Amino acid sequence: MTTRSMRALSGTLKPLFSLRSPQGFVVAACHQTHKSTYTAPPARYGGRHTVTLIPGDGIGPELAKHVCELFRFCCVPVDFEVVNVDSTKTSEDDINNAIMAIRRNGVALKGNIETNHNLPPSHKSRNSLLRTTLDLYASVMHSQSLPGVRTHHRNIDIITIRENTEGEYSSLEHESVPGVVECLKIITRTKSLRIADYAFRTAREKGRRRVTAIHKANIMKLGDGLFLECCKEVASGYPEITFNSMIVDNTTMQLVSRPQQFDVMVMPNLYGNVVSNVCAGLVGGPGLVPGANYGENYAVFETGTRNTGKSIANKNTANPTAMLLASCLLLDHLKLHGYASMIRKAILSTITDSQLHTADLGGKGSTSEMVQSIMDAIQSSGPRTQRH
Amino acid sequence: MAAHSAVLSASKIMNPFWVGRLGNTAKVFGTTLIRHRNKTSLTGENIPPPAKYGGRHTVTLIPGDGIGPELLNHVREVFRFTCVPVDFEMVNVNSALETDDDMNNAITAIRRNGVALKGNIETKHTLPASVKSRNNVLRTSLDLYANVMHCQSLPGVQTRHKNIDIMIIRENTEGEYSSLEHESVSGVVESLKIITRNNSIRIADYAFKLARERGRRRVTAVHKANIMKLGDGLFLQCCREVASGYPDITLDSMIVDNTTMQLVSKPQQFDVMVMPNLYGNVVSNVCAGLVGGPGLVPGANYGRDYAVFETATRNTGKSIAEKNIANPTAMLLASCLMLDHLNLNDYASLIRNAVLTTMNETRLHTADLGGQGTTSEVVQSVMRVIQSKGQFTAEL
Repeated sequence: MTTRSMRALSGTLKPLFSLRSPQGFVVAACHQTHKSTYTAPPARYGGRHTVTLIPGDGIGPELAKHVCELFRFCCVPVDFEVVNVDSTKTSEDDINNAIMAIRRNGVALKGNIETNHNLPPSHKSRNSLLRTTLDLYASVMHSQSLPGVRTHHRNIDIITIRENTEGEYSSLEHESVPGVVECLKIITRTKSLRIADYAFRTAREKGRRRVTAIHKANIMKLGDGLFLECCKEVASGYPEITFNSMIVDNTTMQLVSRPQQFDVMVMPNLYGNVVSNVCAGLVGGPGLVPGANYGENYAVFETGTRNTGKSIANKNTANPTAMLLASCLLLDHLKLHGYASMIRKAILSTITDSQLHTADLGGKGSTSEMVQSIMDAIQSSGPRTQRH
Repeated sequence: MAAHSAVLSASKIMNPFWVGRLGNTAKVFGTTLIRHRNKTSLTGENIPPPAKYGGRHTVTLIPGDGIGPELLNHVREVFRFTCVPVDFEMVNVNSALETDDDMNNAITAIRRNGVALKGNIETKHTLPASVKSRNNVLRTSLDLYANVMHCQSLPGVQTRHKNIDIMIIRENTEGEYSSLEHESVSGVVESLKIITRNNSIRIADYAFKLARERGRRRVTAVHKANIMKLGDGLFLQCCREVASGYPDITLDSMIVDNTTMQLVSKPQQFDVMVMPNLYGNVVSNVCAGLVGGPGLVPGANYGRDYAVFETATRNTGKSIAEKNIANPTAMLLASCLMLDHLNLNDYASLIRNAVLTTMNETRLHTADLGGQGTTSEVVQSVMRVIQSKGQFTAEL
């Protein structure tokens, strides 16, 4: 990646990745398969950003509404363009509209879109389609022990970087002989180099000391062997960061006994799914951790563990923390650091109050109470806000 | 006898599935259950007679690498001390060699004896990809299709979660471990994950039968069918088919990422879990970590005709080899499982109780449990407990 102008920013938190250059830039480490798509300029009218909002299913819509409410209250200069994706339809029009909107705006905030198991296998997962079409190759999740949340382990601070577009999620399956299904797991050199490079760059930016590659190369020698090799190649270009590797089963076992030993972890798609969920479970559950999907030109923010939460939808018991922290990551990405840190501080101060904890944290609070409390915290900290 | 007739009636229920397709399978499923409890086979066909000379069993012993040899030495010591009627036929497998002769000898020995106890054989990453993992070759050649791991919170071991009691049944021969990979275009590797109907039904049936035997109420199938619709979809479908034949046991399913998250927050909700190979690997390691680590949990690999026992998490433990700090509990408990399989239940419970009593003493905990005890101290203590029970033993 080229210039790192964000180093000079005065914001308290540096954004993970800045992709706002109007022209697409060439990735130095590997060559990109250029799709014949027109990359629209970032939408920024009158100082206000436009962000695509995909409510999704389950708890997605209500949480997205709370985000809109909060942004309006704090006078954040962001307008949301809502694109609904209907998960029950088999046609791809909805998701194509969403993808076009994201191409236009460059940034999106989304809830999880449900994948109906009863539809035929040719109907791909909408979330997966979105990620692969927009080439959001890095899924980053920062799991940190939050001060107000009681968990079995303390002082966890792990960044999991997961390859987001290939691996086991290629959706390439066939049944050549009846009763025998072959699923293909694809690992390519270009993508492995790309994700490894992303991981090391992120580690360097955030001042991290160690990157661990997770693999199963003793069994999948060619596939994960290639991944590991690419990580080692990239590691040689970052001498100040130590690189080690660990087999996925040992990793998960170490995670449940001594998670403090991990710093930054990079891995292919499926292991990333499992490991990030374990990390989310260790810091307090799916309601607390935000996730971000970064590509060369686009960024999509969502909850870290991508739960639809159908069983708790519309009951006002969902934990809004993950979605609100994801919106803070969004603001950082748009370089609105002042607003981001303000909202983040308010969220963290609300979380320390165990009376407000929602059901997933073992409390009895409701979503709206939490959001109200966050807005109170913001108002009391001084900046100009709307009326309640 | 009751188990015998229960299984035969179960196989009658199962028959409609197999009409015209896999003739012998119902009988085979019928025998599988029995074989794990008593060695008498129902059909007596194609199953080598258990080696039993003069009342003594012969068991193949594969020391493996790392901590394997020393732990198996301790097992032999404890068996000799307790006068267990088992003789070990040792077969060394050298992981450095590229030829398969060692492995073939080991497989022949297990075919002859029917039962084996093994340490993990190291897979060197530097050898070419055509050299398959030895452990994997053993499992597939002997068709040890079910890997069973019972994770229980041990009373003497301090862990963050209490009252865990999970049985994990993992398909052991196919899935992601087919070792079928190729690089048709340079820089692009395709790994094949194979899921077949037969193997999925077989493992699901094994899981339900085991759940029924042990009086368990619920079986959870772990999958990722929202992404791998055909593959894991087939696995899930097979589990549902088999579940319909066991109305007393509930089947539910959970996606693997949610499962791992639930395991680290609320592991007490799980009872019996059945899953394909890779998820089984990850989930069993998470559960082993929850109950106290790799040194505590034994594992068993069952096939139709053979059974191989080892530590559940299959660690080689190279870094702690020959330092006398490895935890012998997993290997000793694995040997107890073996004794149960050979129908020497008295010896099995004797040794098991001794091991669990020793585990209660924090003073003797080895390094992996946060203590400073050595392997030999633990083994000595186990032998002393056995002696104090009054059994006829050899000299200490």
